Amino acid sequence: MLDPANSGIILRRIRNSNEFVVVTTAAPTFAKAPASPLPAGGICCDLHPGVQSNDVLLPYLEDYWADTVVQRGVHALDTIGYPVNAPLTCRPDWRIAGAKPGTSLERVQADALDTFGLSHAIANCIYGVQLLFSEDMAKAFARAINSWIAAEWLAKEPRLRASIVVPTQSPEFAAEEIDYWAQDKRFVQVLMIVMDEMPLGRRNYWPIYEAAARNGLPVGIHAGSAYKNPVTPVGWPSYLVEDYGAQSLAFQSMTTSLICEGVFQKFPDLKVVFLESGVTWLPAHLWRLTKFWRGMRSEIPWVTEPPWEVARRHIRLSAQPLDLPDGEAAAATLERICEHMRSDEMFLFATDYPHWQYDGMQALPAGLSQDLIRKMMIDNPRATYPRL
Amino acid sequence: MTPPTVQVLDRNDTAKPAANTLAIADCDVHVVPGDQKKELFPFLEKRWQDYMATYGMRPRQGYANGPAYPKGQPNAARRDAYPPGGMPGSSLTFMREQHLDPLNVQMAVLNPLRTGQGMQNLEFATAFSRAINDWQVAEWTSKEPRTKASVVVTYEDTPAAVKEIEARAGDPNFVQVLLLSRSAEPFGQKRYWDMFEAAAAAGLPVGIHAFGYGGAPVTGGGWPSYYLEEMIGHAQCQQALLMSLVMEGVFERCPDLKIVLVEAGFAWLPSLCWRMDKLWERMRDEIPHVKRRPSDYVRDQVWLTTQPMEEPEFKPHLLDVVKWIGWDRLLFATDYPHWDFDHPDHALQVRVTEEQQNKFFLQNAMDLYKPRPVA
Repeated sequence: MLDPANSGIILRRIRNSNEFVVVTTAAPTFAKAPASPLPAGGICCDLHPGVQSNDVLLPYLEDYWADTVVQRGVHALDTIGYPVNAPLTCRPDWRIAGAKPGTSLERVQADALDTFGLSHAIANCIYGVQLLFSEDMAKAFARAINSWIAAEWLAKEPRLRASIVVPTQSPEFAAEEIDYWAQDKRFVQVLMIVMDEMPLGRRNYWPIYEAAARNGLPVGIHAGSAYKNPVTPVGWPSYLVEDYGAQSLAFQSMTTSLICEGVFQKFPDLKVVFLESGVTWLPAHLWRLTKFWRGMRSEIPWVTEPPWEVARRHIRLSAQPLDLPDGEAAAATLERICEHMRSDEMFLFATDYPHWQYDGMQALPAGLSQDLIRKMMIDNPRATYPRL
Repeated sequence: MTPPTVQVLDRNDTAKPAANTLAIADCDVHVVPGDQKKELFPFLEKRWQDYMATYGMRPRQGYANGPAYPKGQPNAARRDAYPPGGMPGSSLTFMREQHLDPLNVQMAVLNPLRTGQGMQNLEFATAFSRAINDWQVAEWTSKEPRTKASVVVTYEDTPAAVKEIEARAGDPNFVQVLLLSRSAEPFGQKRYWDMFEAAAAAGLPVGIHAFGYGGAPVTGGGWPSYYLEEMIGHAQCQQALLMSLVMEGVFERCPDLKIVLVEAGFAWLPSLCWRMDKLWERMRDEIPHVKRRPSDYVRDQVWLTTQPMEEPEFKPHLLDVVKWIGWDRLLFATDYPHWDFDHPDHALQVRVTEEQQNKFFLQNAMDLYKPRPVA
């Protein structure tokens, strides 16, 4: 896995031993970045169809809830995590005059599916269902969104697949929603958000994982908060940059929670996909988690192997945003992170359409090896999503 | 105070002073008054002595007699660190014999933890932390020149914290201001600014140690189940507070401010910096007061202590991380006398140059804290 020629590290074998010591650390050599043509037939694992307003959902809401939305003037469920006009929320050239980002199928086809030559893209609808306090209202909205996705997106564009939005307020309702939509093979995943009422490994949520596992569906966990807790462990921040920055901290915490609570022992076939999580924090976090597991594993005796092994088997991450240094160092650093992770099977290509993470075609850093590009765009998504 | 069930180990026959042991600075050593009445009460007004006896400490968590998450060991301490009849970290004599002499510690930065920080009653907290500062001088730094004290402050009451910092400014017994990381609000927020400015003006780095009682759940998604998770969570907590200091413009306002992140790991820092740089680039209009790239402020104004040491799956990968952070930014710490203590012989499990080793174990700390003899 370690490539001494490109690592900046020179190893020397200890005499009469199979162990190595580091004898020199030279500056890593970053290959000159050639243009990386993306292979055709790639799979985008994170794309966001936008909900213009509750009006588009009215035809898909049961009568009582459609009346409720109208009579009570229920506002659109957009969250403070993606203010409509914030730079993060939409790339300038992907904005739609007079409409919210991501609300046009034609633009999704032209801007994302065609431009990137995708064979498939997984639509993850980020609409603030999880923020609601009423379990019943959340159930109604989740059903309406899934029905709307099936009718207005999946039925009209064969390259699209979707994730099942679930009312996590009630794991029982969520499991029902999963069983209902799992019959439709165009739904390839269950969708949750990273900051919910309690850490996602807690047994409270296990009915959701059980339903996902029995239907052979991965669980996608997307950036976002139900805003029922402050987004940082030290309270509410002031700025959107902090809110968005804190998403990757929550993904670290949920990695801890999912592994420590034993979710993957209970559901040995379950795969969890972190969406819009950032990726480079992963090895450092798993080093720390594994170290503390060694010291305190008596507290969680059901975790019988190092957390980094568990993560390699069960956790995948979509690769936008890419928290990497600028310029030529980006590709080399991402490859280095794969070496730290001792796996190139964990990262999945994503356009993150319409969020503004990169410009042009630079969804992957220039100079990335063709091998890793192919893995991220095709092999890894196919291995993760059995329905693709 | 020692629970009767603690099985104490005597390992001191194995700890022999070694003249040619590598010299180190230990940037995280924990001390506690052995006898509160005798050692601390001389510095604490009668009113607060009575208050403590009647109402207790009352932190922002529910248990009167212990932490929210039971620790991995009684008192979170090494079993062999109990001086005869006392609590770990309560005896200078014992610490000299077990720690300072055999490990060739040139400077030990004292970080008292049970100090009133994070208590709900801020007046009491202020009185108690002031007493702890006086006690550190009386029992430690005035008796042992290798020990240096931290100015414990009531960070939730900024004017009180400023007053305490100003009172200790210029005193060679103290080398830093001490905060705990789990604050009530992110440390970059306006209400805390005067405290950081006072520390910078006094020429004191601000050490922010893991733990504390802010009241917010340990994760952005609620309270986890296990002590293990709480411990790991210190890294996320410190990332959040560092992000706050950067994005609120505290480093921009206070170019002389030096922050030391204590006991929360360091391998997470490069990723966080890359993420912050991208966000700053994308949404500079939201934070026009942040003039430079976030990573530039971090590079210039942030240090991190090493314990608990990062242990990659393939050990040499540590060298990548330290290169990304800078060999001049890490401060060796043992966390003596706590159970997750790092011994200098085993902490750095990769081969490094002599210069890197010297910086890591000693020189970075000396350059930052610049300890001066007490006249």
